[in-house]
Amino acid sequence: MKLQVRTTHSIRVAGDKAQRRSPEPIFWALFGAGGMISALIGPMLVFITGIAIPLGFLLPADAMRYENVLALVQNPIGKAFVLAVVAFFFWHAAHRIFHSLHDFGIDAGNGARLVFYGSAFVATVAAALALLAVGF
Amino acid sequence: MKTIDPLHKPGHAAGSPVYLAGRSGQGGEAANPRRPYVRPMAGWWRRNPFFVRYMAREGSALFVGAYALILLVGLIRLAQGEAAFNGWLAALQSPLSIAFHGLLLAVFAFHSWTWFEIMPKTMPPVRVGGRRLPEAAITGGALAAAAAASLVLFVIVRELAR
Repeated sequence: MKLQVRTTHSIRVAGDKAQRRSPEPIFWALFGAGGMISALIGPMLVFITGIAIPLGFLLPADAMRYENVLALVQNPIGKAFVLAVVAFFFWHAAHRIFHSLHDFGIDAGNGARLVFYGSAFVATVAAALALLAVGF
Repeated sequence: MKTIDPLHKPGHAAGSPVYLAGRSGQGGEAANPRRPYVRPMAGWWRRNPFFVRYMAREGSALFVGAYALILLVGLIRLAQGEAAFNGWLAALQSPLSIAFHGLLLAVFAFHSWTWFEIMPKTMPPVRVGGRRLPEAAITGGALAAAAAASLVLFVIVRELAR
């Protein structure tokens, strides 16, 4: 019997053999982290990287030049910050879109889980590899 | 005389969810002389402004994902070297990119607003002096924290860019 649990709480569900825990709280925590970071500083990040600096408005137009961004991501704090933003934003989007499938009448199962959470995982690994490649 | 099984519901037998039954019509209405009315679920959220707002709130995730993808591409371009990264910077300066980031900014602001709007319902109740903290205080405090965090971020970027 296929069991699907959509809950924000850590409850035990009857599995095939023994009682199994749902992995949902982990995905919900990643979703929540991304949602919280994006709600706190998301609009400002978009404004800085996509509007202010490209237009040279309020910030210098060369603020994101190669040496500057390289120095940022070679710094341990900068590295952690960039990884947190990119990875949590991806996990947030993947989880929320996955759960919206139900609202469109799409019966999302483990295949859809694999696609959405898998994408977020691949994006996280790609970001981590890029951050490792730029050195310390 | 044909007997009618009152428990027989077409569509349900195939294991399809109730909300799909009206659309797909599995089993066919002709098979069941009762012809039960199944309310169609297509476009359900457009019938109520509350649900439209709910769908808009959930839909903001598409834009959060799009922005994360833009940043990820920049990060990969950075790892590939200066020429590749300059290409990404040039793309950010295109009018299309500026316009898209304007849209992103609006959606992100909407996300911030709605995230903190529902936060009193998604977090455990906060009690101050034996009384439950009102929802407006939580939302207002969180929005103030977001404004402060954004200002700090802007000042840090401004100082780093000097």
